Amino acid sequence: MTQVTLSGLTKIFDEKSPPAVDQLDLEIESGKLTALLGPSGCGKTTTMKMIAGLLRPTSGDISFDGDSILSIPPEDRGAVMVFQNYLLFPYMTIAENIGFGLKMRKVDRKEIRTRVTDMLDLVQLPGFEDRKPRQLSGGQQQRIALARALIVQPNVLLLDEPLSNLDAHLRDEMRELIRRIQTEMGITTVFVTHDQEEAVVLADRIALLFDGRLQQFDVPDAFFESPQSVEIAKFFGGTNFIPGRYEGGEITTAIGRFRAPRSAVAGGDAVLSIRPEAVTLGADGGNSVMGRIRSHVYVGRYARFRVTLGDIEVEAVTDPGQVKLFNDGDEVPVTFDSNKIWVIGPAAAHE
Amino acid sequence: MVDTKIEPTAAGAGGVAAEDKERRFSWRITGRWVGITGLLAFLVAPIVPLFVWSISFRWFYPAILPTEYSARAWTEVITPHNDVLGVAWNTALIALVVTALSILLGVPAGRALGLYEFRGKRLVEWMILAPIIVPGLAVVLGIHVLFIRAGLSNSIPGVILVHLVPTLPYMTLVMSGVFANYDTDFELQARSLGASRWATQRLITLPAIFPGVVVGALFAFIISWSQYVLTLLIGGGQVQTLPLLLFGFVRSDPAIAGALSVVFILPAVIVLLLSSRYLSGDNAAVGGIGNI
Repeated sequence: MTQVTLSGLTKIFDEKSPPAVDQLDLEIESGKLTALLGPSGCGKTTTMKMIAGLLRPTSGDISFDGDSILSIPPEDRGAVMVFQNYLLFPYMTIAENIGFGLKMRKVDRKEIRTRVTDMLDLVQLPGFEDRKPRQLSGGQQQRIALARALIVQPNVLLLDEPLSNLDAHLRDEMRELIRRIQTEMGITTVFVTHDQEEAVVLADRIALLFDGRLQQFDVPDAFFESPQSVEIAKFFGGTNFIPGRYEGGEITTAIGRFRAPRSAVAGGDAVLSIRPEAVTLGADGGNSVMGRIRSHVYVGRYARFRVTLGDIEVEAVTDPGQVKLFNDGDEVPVTFDSNKIWVIGPAAAHE
Repeated sequence: MVDTKIEPTAAGAGGVAAEDKERRFSWRITGRWVGITGLLAFLVAPIVPLFVWSISFRWFYPAILPTEYSARAWTEVITPHNDVLGVAWNTALIALVVTALSILLGVPAGRALGLYEFRGKRLVEWMILAPIIVPGLAVVLGIHVLFIRAGLSNSIPGVILVHLVPTLPYMTLVMSGVFANYDTDFELQARSLGASRWATQRLITLPAIFPGVVVGALFAFIISWSQYVLTLLIGGGQVQTLPLLLFGFVRSDPAIAGALSVVFILPAVIVLLLSSRYLSGDNAAVGGIGNI
């Protein structure tokens, strides 16, 4: 169990371009599963390589349980990284691959053999000892790569896009395997992903990075319920943003005034955000305005409507049955549930 | 009805595909035999007349084979006073040292060229190619003056150094081709799993680049082993190697020249055959040469 602390961590590859990782402060909890999430090129893999010791930070510090580990070479850090493309050593058998870390630690041959067998059981590939990596499917290679990292009982397990090279059905299986092993062994685990759904399903906490900067570090549901900026809300699938002025628990916009007790700002210029699932059509309660249905799509599990409210267009995701109730062009009351409205600071402040 | 119609067609298609596969397969085998025959014809066949020369005593036109045979030439080659074996050993020693130095210098250079982008990379590539493009004689005349001043002429170290001029480019270019197809993340992965720098080189890098090293070393060895002009000029007659010895006999005694040629060619053929499995077409190292 190791707590990983990043403080002011910065990596500059090229003086002329902006830093790949910029003044990153992060407290990665011991024994938890933390996701580094962000679009490609946001510095997540760079951060991970710095933790593993495979890349030297330009400035800042990394510590494990309070002790700086910057001067410790990668082989002695006990932070094992599993690369996105598995990188099983092609000249070695599966048993030699998994046993590699133990061999480097001078563990005796017999013990390596027993522990390799245990590991193969753990990743549900028993009897694979003598195969060669190229005889394995992508999903199997991934599990071997995981076993190879876990066998050394690392302080920190670093997974780079662990699910991105897998088919959809394998992805669910792998996700469960990672979760199960991580909980069982209680290893502090950091994984990198560009897929917000993957991060939400798998992680205890998510660190969202844009352009090498930390945007928000929070539990998964917070990114849906209380994103700290419009960009964050957009990254997590938010689509409805209406500018206005926030005062005394109410936000006044071009299309009307709404009660909104939940907010990230105290008052002033702000943006009303509401997730499309929280927009209801037809029922005239409080917090309603009249809108006109512009178009709709029937998706099966749900239906998606685009509704115009004056100059503003909002998206509503509803029960699929609603396509039978409304036609394009109909006037309908549109309701924003006041508890689902989240008021964010103005978008411009985050540019 | 529909089912019965479709099924035979599908089976038919499968049959054609299988046949096609079989035919292609047999072409591959034929190709391999053509290759082996060609290799033998071009590598081994030229040695046969040399060998016949070496055991002939009388061989005049229009006889197809010598009219009288003799072991004289081979006795001459083996007797100590000609010191052929000593010279052969010398030649081998020089070639081995040259090969070792080529590996030591060419592998890191090839890694730098194959993996990294840096300023002046094109220039470095041209500088490395230059000794192959510029005629060796012109280069060595300049080097000769320099070596005399440095006290390196007429000595084995001098000859070894000058042999590096043509061998290093081959080694470096082969290795840069190998490293261009090499993923250094494997090394990072090994480090992360607990391997020291040295263990990583030995267990991860070396097995990956080994075929390329073999191919490069083969070039270096053969180039050095068969070097004539550079050895003659820098060695100044003080350093004797097989090519020099052989050249002396070509006019004076064809039988001895024939015997010497066999001694001369054999190591090259043996080395080639030993490393032949690394020379196959799908080898990254050979691909690297193709990239030049």
